[in-house]
Parts: sequence; C-alpha cells; structure tokens
Amino acid sequence: MQTRKKYIFITFFASWLLLFFFGGDQIRRLAFLSRKKATVLKNWPRWTDRSLLKSFADPEELQSDGGHHKQSAKHSRCRMETCFDFSRCEKHGFKVFVYPMEREDPVSESYLKIITSIEESRYYTSNPEEACLFILNIDTLDRDHLSIQYVHNINDKIQGFPLWNDGRNHLIFNLYSGTWPNYTEDLGFDIGQAILAKASFYVENFRPGFDISIPLFSKEHPQKGGERGWLYQNSVPPKKKYMLAFKGKRYLTGIGSDTRNELLHNSTFCIIPRGRRLGSFRFLEALQAACIPVLLSNGWELPFSEVIDWSKSAIVGDERLLLQVTQCHAAYEMAPCSILAFQQQTQFLWEAYFSSVEKIVQTTLEIIKDRLFLRESRPKFLWNTLPGGLLALPEYSTHLGDFPFYHLQHGSSPSGKFTAFIRAVSPVVSLSQPILKLIQAVSRSQHCAQILVLWSCEKPPPPRGRWPQTAVPLTVIHGRRKVSDRFFPYSAIGTDAVLSLDEHTSLSTSEVDFAFVVWRSFPDRIVGFPMRSHFWDSSQSQWGYTSKWTNEFSMVLTAAAFHHRYYHSLFTNYLPASLRSLIDQLSNCEDILMNFLVSAVTKLPPIKVTQKKQHQEAAPQQRQDCLNRFAAWFGYMPLVHSQLRLDPVLFKDQVSVLRKKYRHLEKP
Amino acid sequence: MCASAKYNTRGPALIPRMKTKHRIYYITLFSIVLLGLIATGMFQFWPHSIESSSDWTVEKRSVHDVPVVKLPPDSPIPERGDLSCRMHTCFDVYRCGFNPKNKIKVYIYSLKKYVDEYGMLVSNTISREYNELLTAISDSDFYTDDVNRACLFVPSIDVLNQNTLRIKETAQALAQLSRWDRGTNHLLFNMLPGGPPDYNTALDVPRDRALLAGGGFSTWTYRQGYDVSIPVYSPLSAEVELPERGPGPRRYFILSSQMALHPEYRSDLEALQVENRESVLILDKCTNLSEGVPSVRKRCHKNQVFDYPQVLQEATFCIVLRGARLGQAVLSDVLQAGCVPIVVADSYVLPFSEVLDWKRASVVIPEEKMPEMYSILQSIPQRQIEEMQRQARWFWEAYFRSMKAIALATLQIINDRIYPYAAMSYEEWNDPPSVKWSSVSNPLFLPLIPPQSQGFTAIVLTYDRVESLFRVITEVSKVPSLSKLLVVWNNQNKNPPEDSLWPKIRVPLKVVKTTENKLSNRFFPYDEIETEAVLAIDDDIIMLTSDELQFGYEVWREFPDRLVGYPGRLHLWDHEMNKWKYESEWTNEVSMVLTGAAFYHKYFNYLYTYKMPGDIKNWVDAHMNCEDIAMNFLVANVTGKAVIKVWTFTLYIHFKVCQVGMRFRGCQALLQLARSAF
Repeated sequence: MQTRKKYIFITFFASWLLLFFFGGDQIRRLAFLSRKKATVLKNWPRWTDRSLLKSFADPEELQSDGGHHKQSAKHSRCRMETCFDFSRCEKHGFKVFVYPMEREDPVSESYLKIITSIEESRYYTSNPEEACLFILNIDTLDRDHLSIQYVHNINDKIQGFPLWNDGRNHLIFNLYSGTWPNYTEDLGFDIGQAILAKASFYVENFRPGFDISIPLFSKEHPQKGGERGWLYQNSVPPKKKYMLAFKGKRYLTGIGSDTRNELLHNSTFCIIPRGRRLGSFRFLEALQAACIPVLLSNGWELPFSEVIDWSKSAIVGDERLLLQVTQCHAAYEMAPCSILAFQQQTQFLWEAYFSSVEKIVQTTLEIIKDRLFLRESRPKFLWNTLPGGLLALPEYSTHLGDFPFYHLQHGSSPSGKFTAFIRAVSPVVSLSQPILKLIQAVSRSQHCAQILVLWSCEKPPPPRGRWPQTAVPLTVIHGRRKVSDRFFPYSAIGTDAVLSLDEHTSLSTSEVDFAFVVWRSFPDRIVGFPMRSHFWDSSQSQWGYTSKWTNEFSMVLTAAAFHHRYYHSLFTNYLPASLRSLIDQLSNCEDILMNFLVSAVTKLPPIKVTQKKQHQEAAPQQRQDCLNRFAAWFGYMPLVHSQLRLDPVLFKDQVSVLRKKYRHLEKP
Repeated sequence: MCASAKYNTRGPALIPRMKTKHRIYYITLFSIVLLGLIATGMFQFWPHSIESSSDWTVEKRSVHDVPVVKLPPDSPIPERGDLSCRMHTCFDVYRCGFNPKNKIKVYIYSLKKYVDEYGMLVSNTISREYNELLTAISDSDFYTDDVNRACLFVPSIDVLNQNTLRIKETAQALAQLSRWDRGTNHLLFNMLPGGPPDYNTALDVPRDRALLAGGGFSTWTYRQGYDVSIPVYSPLSAEVELPERGPGPRRYFILSSQMALHPEYRSDLEALQVENRESVLILDKCTNLSEGVPSVRKRCHKNQVFDYPQVLQEATFCIVLRGARLGQAVLSDVLQAGCVPIVVADSYVLPFSEVLDWKRASVVIPEEKMPEMYSILQSIPQRQIEEMQRQARWFWEAYFRSMKAIALATLQIINDRIYPYAAMSYEEWNDPPSVKWSSVSNPLFLPLIPPQSQGFTAIVLTYDRVESLFRVITEVSKVPSLSKLLVVWNNQNKNPPEDSLWPKIRVPLKVVKTTENKLSNRFFPYDEIETEAVLAIDDDIIMLTSDELQFGYEVWREFPDRLVGYPGRLHLWDHEMNKWKYESEWTNEVSMVLTGAAFYHKYFNYLYTYKMPGDIKNWVDAHMNCEDIAMNFLVANVTGKAVIKVWTFTLYIHFKVCQVGMRFRGCQALLQLARSAF
C-alpha cells in the first residue's frame, strides 16, 4: 500500500515535472506574447475571398467612357479656357498693349514703374490690333479707399474703353485692396474677365491657373537692376548671430528701426506673419537678406506659386501652430547643409524674380505666356534652377540638355564638337589673307564639326573653289551686313559650342583644341583668348574700358571665343531691339554686349585661356560709351572681374615638349 | 508553482513515517499535484488555442461575413462638399501634431456592410481595387490601428466608382462613422466621379469637409492644396505585362486608341489621319470579333485588328481625349507603354499635378487646337521626345502602376503638406532613377565669388616635426590673405611646444590638441575656422612662395566649389634617396590634387566628417593613409566638377613618384570601397 502510494505519487510527480518543463516554456512564451501582442498592429484583414472581389469598374466602362460632354454651365469663376481669347495671340504672338497715358490721371510711382517695365520689354506693342494682352492706364495698385492714391469711378472709366470687352485679355495689377477693419479683397470695381495680378492673394479668391499672385513691393523698389542679395559667403554652420528673428512694422521707422537691418543680416530664420493683409514687406526683405522665411500666413497664395517651388527656400508654417514646437523644431532640426541650400535658393529667387519691379512684371508676363503657348512653356525645373525662368527661353528649346546651365543636374554633357563661326567683312583677294589661314587652322582641330562663314561684305564671296580645302564642311551664310548678325541663332549651327572668330584672328589648332576642352567644363561661360577689362572711373563717374595689360579682366572678346549657341538665342530674343540697333549703327560693341549678357546670366566672369599672340584694338572711346549705355540698360554692371588664366596641365612645366599634349602653345 | 514543487521534493522522505491518520494530508497533496497538472496542461494548450483561433479567424474571414449596419432613413446626411475648404480651414492639424518621424498616422475604419431600412445594399461592399488600396495603406508606415492617435481617417466605404453606389445612403453611411465630425481629416478615394447626364468632375456624394482624392477633377472642382488629383487606375496593367521599350522613334507618330469617342472628335482625328496617312493611326472598337475574344483587348482600324494595350508601344505619341469624364484610364495604359500622352481635356487637373511636372512627360493641347496637333508635335526635338518617353514610363512605374502606388503617393502628398520641412523635393518626385544616379546637385550652387577680405584659414596637421612645422608657419604667415593659422597637434604623447617658442606671426595662431591620432582630424570642421576658404597644408611644405599661395587663394575664390591645389604632394629633399624621380608621372590630365597643399571650402570639411558615404572615413583612419584621395572623391562626387591645379615654379617643386606610386597601390582597397559607397 505504502509503496503503491509511493509509486503513484512519484508517477504524478514525474509527469507533473515533465509537464512543467515542456509547458513552462509555453507559459513563458505566453507571457511574452501577451505583452508583445499589444504592439502588433491590427492590420486590414486579408480577406479569404479577396481574389473573388469585383473590380471597381467594368473594363468596358473604363475604356469607352460615354460620349462627350461639353461644359454646359458657364462657370462664374474664370479660367484661361473660358475667359481668355487665345485667338488674339495666334497671329502676332504674345504682344502687350498699354493704354496710352492720360494727363489728367497721374499714376503712382510704382504703377509708372510697372508701365515702364512693360513698355521696355520685348513684348510691348503700341498697336492694339496686334495685342494679346492689355494693361490699363488707370492706377489700380492701391484700392484702399482711404488712401490718397485711390482712383474713383473706375467702373465708369473702363466701361468707356472700346477695348475693354468685359476685361477679356486684360491684366490688372493690384498691391493693396480693401481697408480696415476687415481688409476684404474687394477692388471696388468690376474686373470682369480680367486676369488679376495681386499681392496678398487669399487662396479662396485666387482663380488657379488664371490669376497671378505677386509679391508686395514698396515704393522704393527699383525699376530695374536691383540690389543683389546679401549673402556674400556660404558659411557652414550658418554663421549668424540669431536663430530666429521677427520685427514688425513698428520698427521700420523711428525708434528701433536701426536694429532691423542688423537683425535681418544676422538671423538664419525670419518669421513672416501676416500683417494687415496676408503678404507683408517682410517677405521680400527676408528673401534678400538670405534669412529663411518662416511663413505664418494661413491661406496666402505665395507669390508666383504657379511656377516657384517655395518648399526649397521657405518654411510654410501654420498660424495655428505658432505656439507649438513644430515649426521651431523644424528650424532647429534642419541640417546645416539644407540651411545652406535654402539660403542659396532665397538668393537665387530674389535675384531672378524679385529684385526689381521689372523682374516682377516680366515674371508675371512670362507666366501668362507659358499658359498661352503650352508647347513652348517652361517645365517647373527651369523656373527653379539657376539662372531662372526669365533667362531660359522656351522658344529656344524646352529640353534641358540644350541649355548650357543644366548639364550637371541633368546628368548630360555638351556635345563634343563645335561650329566655327567666322564673320567676314572684307573681300578675299589674296591667298595669304588671314581668314584663309584661320579656316585651315580651325578645320584641323579634331573637335571641329563645321565652319560657317558669315559673309557681311558688299562684294560677293569667292566661288567654292577659292576657299581652302577642309576636312569639315564649309558653308557661307549671307547676312544683313550688320554686326548683330553675328549672334543671330542660325539654324545651321548644329552644335552646342560656337567658336566665334573675326576674319583677322590668328589661332593655332592647339589653341583651339585646348580652349574647346576648357569650354566643355564651363559651357555656360565665354571661353576665349583676347581679354579686356572695365573699371570705375571715379573722375568722370562713369565706367571706363581698357585694353591695357592688367592683372585682371572682365571680358573676353568674341573675336576668338567659345560660347554656347543658346546665347545667340538670348542675344536676339531677350535683349531689346534698341540695344541691337545701337550696335548695328556703331558697327561695334557687339562683343561687349555679349559679355554683358553672359555675365548677367551667369554672374561669373568669362574664362581666358592661353594664347600666343595678342590682339590689337581701336576706338576705345566708342567702346567706353557702349559700356555705359549697356550698364544703363541692365540697371547695374553685370561684368565680373577675374584674375586667372587657364593653361594646359603641363604648360611651361619643365618637361620634354614631346610629353605635352598642346606643345604648339609654347613654341616661340 | 515553486512552493508546491518544494513540498513535493520533501514528500518521499515523509512517506515512511506516514500513518492512516495522515490520509487527509495525502489527499490534499494529491489534489494539489492534480490541480497543478491540470493547470499546466491548460496553460500548455490554452495560449495555442487563443493564438491559432485569432489567426484562424483573420485568415478565414470573408468579405461577406462583415457586420451589417442598417441605416435609418432619417439618419443625418453630411453637407455637400465645401468648395472653399483648404488645409488651414477644414483640416485639423492638431490631430497630427508633432511627430519625430514626420509621418502622418492613418486609421482605416473596419469594413461594414451598409443596408437601408429595407435591407437593400447601399453599395458594393468593397471592390478589389479598394481592398488593395486599403491593404497597401495598412502595410505602410502611415498606418495606425489606434483611432485616438490617428491624423487621417480612411473610411472603408468604397466610393471609387460613383456609378456603383447610392449617393444619399452612402453619404448617410459616411456621416455615422465614429469620428466623422463633419468629415474633418477624412480622406475619400474616388476614380470615376459624376454620372449622366451632367457628369460632375468631383464625387457627388455629400462629404462635407472630407478631403477627396479624385480622378478626373477639373480646375473648378479641384480645391488646390486640399484635394489630391489621382489617376484612374487601369486594371489592365495588372493583367498585361508590357516590358519597357527603349526610347526612340516608333512606327506610328500619333495613335488614338480610345473607343466610343464623341463623333466631333473622331472626325477631327480622321481628318488628321487623312492628312498624315501612315504616321497617324486611329483605332476604334472592333465590330466583327469572333466569340470569346474580349473586346477590351482588341482595337481595329478598318479591317486590321490590333492587340490592346500592346499597340500603344508602337506609337510615339498617344492621344488621351476626354470622354464624358475628364480622367481616363487610358492615360495609365499609355504611360505604361512608354508612349507620350497628348492630353486633350480642357481644365483637367492631371494626376498628382501638385508634385509631378507633367510638362516633362506629356503634351497638353487645348481642345480647340486639335486640328493643329500634328504640327505642334513635330516641333518637338527628338532628344526631348525620348526623354518624355522615359519620363512617362517612370511616372507609370512610380505612381500609376498599382493601387498601392496610387495610395502611397496620395498619402505622401498630404504628408508633405503637414510636415512641409520634411517634404519630398521636386527632384525626388520627378527624376527617374537613371537621372538620379547620373545627376549631381552641387551643394554650393549659388554663383558667389567670396569677398577677398574674408581671407583663408590655414590648417597644418602635425605630429612631431616641430622644426619643419615652424618653417611652414613662418612661410605661410607671409601670405597677405591669411586670416588665421590652425595647427592640429595629432601627437597625444607629447605636448605642443610652449607658447613662447612658436614663431611670432601677424595672424592668430591656434593649436588644437586632438584626442586620437587620426588622419581625419585634418578635415574636421573646427569652430575656429571662421572663413569659407581652408588651406590644408602639410608640415613639410615649405617650397610654396607666398605669391603662389596668394594666387591659389584668388583662384579658389573664383571656383569656391572646387579643390584648388598644387601639383601633387611636395617633399623636402630626401637625403637617403638622393634622387628625384618624376619623369613618368607628368601627365596631361589631372583628376586629383593632393591635400598636402590645397584650398577648399570649409563645407567639405563638414561633409567629410559627417556625411562621408560608406566606411571610407574609418578605412582612412585605420590605415593612416589616402585621406587626400578620399577628399578628392568626396568633392568630385558632390559637385561633379574637376579640380584646379595651380601652376607653381617647378624648378623647386618635385613630385616624388615612387612614394606616390606606393601610396596609390596602398589605396587600391580604398578605391574599391569608394566605388561601392558613391
């Protein structure tokens, strides 16, 4: 009995122990599991019959989607396709007409700047028949009816205009509208179907794809040129005294106003809250000062938001979260390198679109033009990358690789050949003329694709047989015998690179080869041989021009220089006809103008490469006048000085000449 | 458990002394053991059954088994969509709040079947596509199952196709969702809006403040910055695999594949075909197909039969015309075929237009201009067409391919609005992978010529060669633009010489003692560096004249984003070797300058220290070598630009080849490492 009990007991005990060992593991896992289970997400169920579910639409229904349905109901809110007459722009292209000014209605300074900018732009026409877009002569900038500049009875006036046509194809500029206490965006007159370019637009009133939001600018905003940004150096980490700054209007004048610029200069982020209206002057100020705007203005349609990607230069905050950590946190979280990128972007945007009234107006017009000519409109990338939309002409191309600016971002490189472009002005009489030697030297270059001779001489060009025999095709183009022809975008130029030459230039094949290799690294700049410089002549308080040998230069003459063929387009289409007719009259200065243009685009000096011989030059006085006229048109001096010259790697090194690739550069 | 176990171990010892009067004691003991057994057994099987049963129900649940909700006829109907809604007025950001990952949290309501008072279904319970979409959200990082932490709510009521639902009842179903709250922060997905006769371009179901991700928005109904425009998914893309075709000219220039076009459009297209003959192909529905062939997969031109969508790959441009609705599923097919869509649908808001740059992948032509289509398209250069073809295919792969792609892109767009500082950039959205690999975005892209007045900071890395170091310091201090001299003392065993022993120079001289003898100390972005320009110079470079250094600095100012250096590593006369060997190393190209003497932007110090890809920095520190090559790689990689070599007076400067050769051999491993890292 006792032993039986004992055995029974031991069996129980053993089986219990066994259970404990095997089951214990289970128990532990259970405890573990139950704790983990809380964190496992309850996901959307995987239905057993999910493969049997029906599609949301029958394929037939998707592919043959009923007939056609015209927009029957006329929408009250305008869009380009309903309120804009495209047919007006077809025949003459994008032309802008400004109603002639009337004596009795003086306009404000700012509006005058807008009008002047349009009249100087390449789209201006004085013939309303040709026009595609109309601008009123009535100052509509300030629609605060308590203001002195408020113009009364606009409704009556515009109804009297025969061209008004319920505002179709009209563009109306406005900076302020409404007044205290609620600042409604009421303009006080019926704009009809006109496009509204307005500052401080509220998203709800904004007709997307139709209206344009412009920045609020002050009376002092320059008409053209404009100050550069204040970022002179890229410091990492951002070398600024304050992290975040805010100054209200109160400190603009009077007590405390002196600290404002200091604050802007020294802060990394600037809070831009709404003022009386959604947009405030602080916005442009911060942009110029490279102070990253932290926008607290809910519902503000940002300036030129149709094309500008503000997420690369500003932090769009939410007023509701003002007191929450999010935005400040975002500011602190930002890595030094993205701060650097944001700061650079503010500077780019400021200089490309905002620094002068002219740029603001140009941008407005270009945005409208992009809508009208969809085929020739800029992708967003062009608007948001240096040098900006105003300087990237979509008429030339919309393909990124065709421009000199985007090769790095686009992962492409400029074409490996160049076109030599020689302007001939004197007849060919002897075989020893420099132009013939030049053609031979250039054609021997391994990178030369073709030679174009622009025949600008009264005598006819010599027959085919008289030209030297070259390995590359030689084509003679007949020009209008004007110097501006030299930079006309001839379709015969098939390569990215153009080697621009004068007929009496003398160059060796080595020089050409080397300069072309250098140009491939700097496709957006002028790369060439003869250099000149400008300086500020304080005795006459004007710009001076010098061809003396100095330690620095700011121009490379196009008598022997590589540049991108895009600059031909820019020269002919972007510059006003007045400048081109000026150089045609003088028969001079076209090379200076080209240097102005390229420097204005790149903000960098041209590049000089090694050359054996130097050029002679005459008429510096005339060229000095050109320099000053051009600077006046640009509104500032775009030329930049450089102190260096690029040489081949082994140039003048103490190595056997046989080792050198460009050995002819050094032959005495 | 433990206690009873102890009891039992004592048990056997007790047994001999047991008497019958202890029977009660035994019984209790047995029962305890028995209970223990049962309990353990229970534990062993119980959790199993819980786990498996829950898994089991998930796996085996069918859509038809979901709970049924009966909607009373008088249950509230939300107001119609509010056209003035914007993120700042109708969206409750507080729900999203601060989030370290900058990700919104999305909650999905559980699936229910809604019936009206008569028991009639309100809509299809759920379509295959909507189920895929919800599964994708649920599998993504955005998902949360905690309704209280959610920032965005996605109803499981399927409104993808307006034709399959009853509008009023669906609205009622929406309104009774537990967190509906006038639709705040609710997101509805709809691909086929409107219905006959007037085909509204947005979902007609009253939805109050809910966000709408809709296919086929027009600019009138699209609330910019609030709604999201999505594509109309084409189920064909799941059925048919169209391998990517390389860009280039194709057989047809223009192709139209849509069926049941409006007669007016069709006559326009046919006129186009008459004018341009072979290069234009206008397809229509097949009328004489044999039985069993699905008509959606065939298209006909006269008597020729073509396979759809394969035929799209034969054309350069494919027309996407509006039908009754603006959004067309054919857009997705066209993109998949790598055909450039010609979108002819006035006022149509293209899918994801908030972030995608459609000008790079499509041609939009106003309906009026249809007859001029051919000449417009012919003016596009071939290079650009090829790029558009590539871009079109990439858009399809990234954002059109599946319901998952559509769902995630939509959520990402909303996420970008709520956390704008963590938003995806234009490049991330738009650049196809091939461009992302080959392109560089220079971090110093602004064309700035730094002011000369700023000067540069010279950094000398030294270990113990004090005499040579002092000579370098004296030489470098003669350079006019030097603004500060920093000596990085890399010898932890020895202290730098006393202050009084250092040469007296006109600029501040700072000595930084490092804690570890590492080569990367030379490239650390010390706070003491206050200038943009840094001159890295070895402690044995005394051959460079101050003019040469000054000129080097001027050159750097014009190229601040590049490494500007002198030819190679420079050395003192080596008495043991007594010979310079340099003939074989003079080449006509340089790809690197050695940092024994080189100017560069301080930013690259920052990059080298914190952003160096891969394991390169550690490799360099471990091998005490090749730091200059690593720097050259880094700069070339981020800027895509070559170095600049400054000419020096070569009589005095020599390039010691054998040592450099050895160094390069030693760096082979680094090159391998770099190849994988960049």
